[in-house]
Amino acid sequence: MAKSNIPAGLLYSNDHEWLDQKTMKIGVSDYAQHALGDLTYVELPTVGDHFDKGQEFGTLESTKSVSPLYMPVAGTVKAVNEELENAPELVNQSPYDKGWIVEIEDAGSTEGLLNADAYTKMVENL
Amino acid sequence: MHRYLPHTPEDEATMLKAAGVNKKEDLFASIPESCRRQGELPLPPALSEWELTDRAEKLASEIAPAGSAWYGAGSYQHYIPAVVSDLAGRSEFVTAYTPYQPEISQGTLQGIFEFQTLISRLLDMEVVNASMYDGATALAEGALMACRLGKRKTILFSAGIHPRYQEVLQTYAEASGVKLLKLDLNQDGTTDLSKLPAKLGENEAAALLVQSPNFYGVIEPLADQAEWIHSKKGLLVAGFTEAMAYGLLASPGSQGADIVCGEGQSFGLGQSFGGPYLGLMATRKQFVRNIPGRLVGQTKDTEGHRSFVLTLSTREQHIRRERAVSNICSNAGLCALTCAIYLASMGGSGLQQVAKINHDKAEYLKAGLLAAGFTPVYNGQTFNEFALRAPEDFAKTRRRLLKHKIVFGLPLKERRVYLFCATETRSRAEMDAILKEVSK
Repeated sequence: MAKSNIPAGLLYSNDHEWLDQKTMKIGVSDYAQHALGDLTYVELPTVGDHFDKGQEFGTLESTKSVSPLYMPVAGTVKAVNEELENAPELVNQSPYDKGWIVEIEDAGSTEGLLNADAYTKMVENL
Repeated sequence: MHRYLPHTPEDEATMLKAAGVNKKEDLFASIPESCRRQGELPLPPALSEWELTDRAEKLASEIAPAGSAWYGAGSYQHYIPAVVSDLAGRSEFVTAYTPYQPEISQGTLQGIFEFQTLISRLLDMEVVNASMYDGATALAEGALMACRLGKRKTILFSAGIHPRYQEVLQTYAEASGVKLLKLDLNQDGTTDLSKLPAKLGENEAAALLVQSPNFYGVIEPLADQAEWIHSKKGLLVAGFTEAMAYGLLASPGSQGADIVCGEGQSFGLGQSFGGPYLGLMATRKQFVRNIPGRLVGQTKDTEGHRSFVLTLSTREQHIRRERAVSNICSNAGLCALTCAIYLASMGGSGLQQVAKINHDKAEYLKAGLLAAGFTPVYNGQTFNEFALRAPEDFAKTRRRLLKHKIVFGLPLKERRVYLFCATETRSRAEMDAILKEVSK
């Protein structure tokens, strides 16, 4: 498998979600989108929904699988990437930019999340 | 007489050895001894095949006299054109199972696709699945689907829904933690939306479930009901037991229904003492990811030929496991095909004509009974069945008719109330003869 793009400056969860602490956006890593394959549908939460850390907030669907999305931190959904409703492939094409999934507010603790180096090591050992 | 039994004692010994046990009883070791029957079942000696046929035919003639039944209540006597049984009875259709390996089952998939298309046109709904077990389970699945879509756990349902369907709904709801609240009927037999249960919160209901025509035959105002429940951010789940009604009535889709679930037995399937029947289920495109069951889609193969696939399978159990939208991963394939053949052979105008005959005959019978002293239970519009309160001495007349192998009306739980039905299979001469008997 090609080496994954894992940008510095983001925090990563063991479930392969990333969190950008500047924009408070959440998405899935390049490693995750590659492993899932071509996405056909992204099930998004509703703005205003609150989730605990580790709670499922949506699903990513590829042609032959459905994977839950887990919150890397607790928080309330402030915005969802509505473009994904018609263009789920953005998650494949641009996982850290155009393929962001939700933006949250009132975020909880980031304890336990990994920095880019630690996440790279984790992914290399998978 | 020799009967074909597939296992010889040698076969059994080989199988027992392979299973690592000495005798058949050892296979049941996990069941406590006290729960197991000791000794043989008290059965009479075996009959020969012809003796058995004789006996069965004698029993059948006693319990099910050939005659006419004048009620529907979820199962309708319609004429099945010879072409339907002839085509649907072909061995390649009869032996085909649900397409577990869809790519090589193009014929089966095409049959289902045609079925979906015909039902979609009948109901004016964008998406139709490959079918459910029957109307009752389809309606219960419709309720659960509405709960998933609305992220709510309360369902309002009409007292006009078939009592057996209500029972199935209760079974599904109980297992899924869904609260059911019943709405009574108005004087005209339509669902009363003015008296809501006190324990119902604002915008709490995921859906309103109605049946139209309902159990008492009354046609529900689906458009008004859709508007009403939409204003409470819920969905309208429209059910039916008599699909033939939609040859004549405004379709549920054109009236704003969000999920439509009903019974398809009327389209080419025999009554068969209650089954196998055919669950019809349809929805709007925006809700497709939450519809249970299989969906067949049309596509092109690598050479550009029209071909068929099972699509959006990620909703289903074989991919999504315990998170699937339903545990159904099959369909009533042969019944769906039979229904498609029936609809295709009738055509749109043929279906409308048969539906109109149903309505007209039922109206003729109703008028005759009213003239004979019956009174309406509800005064709403009906299709091919209706409920009437009978005069005091009707029970005697009904017993007399029964002797002539005519089952005239189904007694309901309300005193002296009977449900009647007349389809295209009933003649005017028959009706006149019965009405004469009733008027005596």
